[in-house]
Amino acid sequence: MADTVPLPEEGVKGLEEPEFFPAGAAGASGTFTAVGAGTIGAPDRFEGGEVRSGGSMLRMTVVTFVENKVALAGMIILVFLVLFCFVGPHIYITDQLTLNPAINNYGPSGSHLLGTDGEGFDVLGRLMVAGQSSIEIGLAAGLCAAIFGTLYGAVSAVAGGLVDAVMMRIVDALYSLPALFLLILLATIFTPNLPLMILVLAFISWLGPARLVRGEALSLRTREYVQAVKVAGGTQSRIVLRHIVPNAIGTIMVNTSFLIADSILALAALSYLGLGLPDTIPTWGGMLSNGTNVIYDGYWWQLYPAGIAIVLTVVAFNFLGDGLRDTLDVRLQRR
Amino acid sequence: MTGYVFRRFLQSAVVLFLVAIIMFVMFHLLPGNPAKAELGPKAQPQSIAAFDKLLGLDKPLWYQFWVYIDRLGHGNLGFSYIQNASVGLLFAQRFPKSILLVGLAVIVAIAVAIPLGIVQAVRRNTVDDYMLTGGSFVLYSFPTFWLGIILIEIFAITLHILPPTAPEGTSLGQILSDWQGLVLPVTTLALVSIASYSRYMRSSMIDSLAQDYIRTAKAKGVSQRVILLRHALRNSLIPMATLIGLSIPGLLSGAVLTEEVFNYPGVGLLFVQSADSEDFPVLLGLTLVAAIGVIVGNLVADIGYAVLDPRIRY
Repeated sequence: MADTVPLPEEGVKGLEEPEFFPAGAAGASGTFTAVGAGTIGAPDRFEGGEVRSGGSMLRMTVVTFVENKVALAGMIILVFLVLFCFVGPHIYITDQLTLNPAINNYGPSGSHLLGTDGEGFDVLGRLMVAGQSSIEIGLAAGLCAAIFGTLYGAVSAVAGGLVDAVMMRIVDALYSLPALFLLILLATIFTPNLPLMILVLAFISWLGPARLVRGEALSLRTREYVQAVKVAGGTQSRIVLRHIVPNAIGTIMVNTSFLIADSILALAALSYLGLGLPDTIPTWGGMLSNGTNVIYDGYWWQLYPAGIAIVLTVVAFNFLGDGLRDTLDVRLQRR
Repeated sequence: MTGYVFRRFLQSAVVLFLVAIIMFVMFHLLPGNPAKAELGPKAQPQSIAAFDKLLGLDKPLWYQFWVYIDRLGHGNLGFSYIQNASVGLLFAQRFPKSILLVGLAVIVAIAVAIPLGIVQAVRRNTVDDYMLTGGSFVLYSFPTFWLGIILIEIFAITLHILPPTAPEGTSLGQILSDWQGLVLPVTTLALVSIASYSRYMRSSMIDSLAQDYIRTAKAKGVSQRVILLRHALRNSLIPMATLIGLSIPGLLSGAVLTEEVFNYPGVGLLFVQSADSEDFPVLLGLTLVAAIGVIVGNLVADIGYAVLDPRIRY
């Protein structure tokens, strides 16, 4: 779920890694000096070196995946899933538009490799189509949350003083509303269509990146080159967009990967509770939700494939985020 | 220390106040108007007028907010015309059942996660560790409701060892006497938590094992067992105290899904049913209570952390 405690980092750094320590949920626990010198202490490990050294973004990406097996595994699963969902329907051609009650609930066979569901749709074909919307919605919600959270956090840090305090207390307050409660409440008030659903999912997950980026921005803004921009008369928006955000990009990328995973899970939970998107937009969560209604009939092909697809996707994005994080740290240690 | 506790209390109060503002805004975002939400679509014009007057809806916004806070201060969480009961009463009826479910799940999760984390830390970077870490990663990525359904499929439908639904009883005694029904819901909720708890325990333990006093103990010839249990474990447990505070929102969300899957009559099921019937006073009231729970939980965890670890100075 969106607000399960994030997994800690590997090894020794695990508990003193304020960036990924969910000081998050602890309300304003940023005042800890031990655990959470939190938001302020985090970027210490960035001292003394450019994060992005040695070559282009592309080269860094390649090196990341060659060196880090976890990230590589995540990437391979994702490539497979994208091929499955977006290329698959062109190879395994099925009709996902017309209801066909005559052949509903058929078990797996030669003509329907994973059987059919309660409305006669081919399950394997539906898995592909539903995967497209699930991945797209997850990506869109994760990116929206990351962009808004990044700007919010950076602006808060650069503004400083009272504005910063008020902005961050608002984040604390929203953090204390359990994500699923807020999600259900918003979904009930607005009965979301597709774009609104993306916004609702983004709304429950922008808090994390806001805190992380603020923490990073607090240290970046005291750096000489940012000071230099200020002295040279650069505007605040220039400082945020040209200097803070690009330097925090590693943190943002890692976090976005987790946000996408969380959004996919959150959407599935909403679908199960009957608060998801209408059936005209098939999603894995929707398929799974229909599958849970027929467990007593033994139609396992309606219950397992969609669930496995969700777990694979979420694992892949979590692997990717975890791997990217480790690689970033490795690069720093080498300097 | 006193200063820290005081500051932390003050912070919590500020956050609580902001939560009240957020909930007040939500109250006004509701479809229709607040009177319709609380009294129902068929309410008499007179009673709507009386309600509006009571809430000061004809007065400025700050006054309405004051009335809202005053109502909360008197323990009035709102009234559900759909269930014809106050939200406070509905909550009080369901609350002990949810506490039972979540409490048992946390106990089970800790009892499993601590030994698991120790094993992983001691045998770190071996095949065993990779298997367990990979396993908890996969478990962590499971949709909670699907996990519950799979357990029902396996243990109730295929093997017939456990009942597929939770105990129906209205009192705690009735629920406990039908303990078989509790096994699957508690397991579902515990499994999700074990994944993250054991990861934390592993990191925390590796952290402790790298300390100088562990090396000193080893050099003195203290046995591996004593080093692990007396020196490393005790220090590793301190961060776990905060973790439990931090995992409260996740547990509450998990409880909503688990209660829905097993039809367990707790606060989470009430919340989902209220969403189905668009019973907004209940939704808003319970969200506020959940937020208070999270804030208090974090406060207790933070102060507990400071008390448990005297090395920390604020």
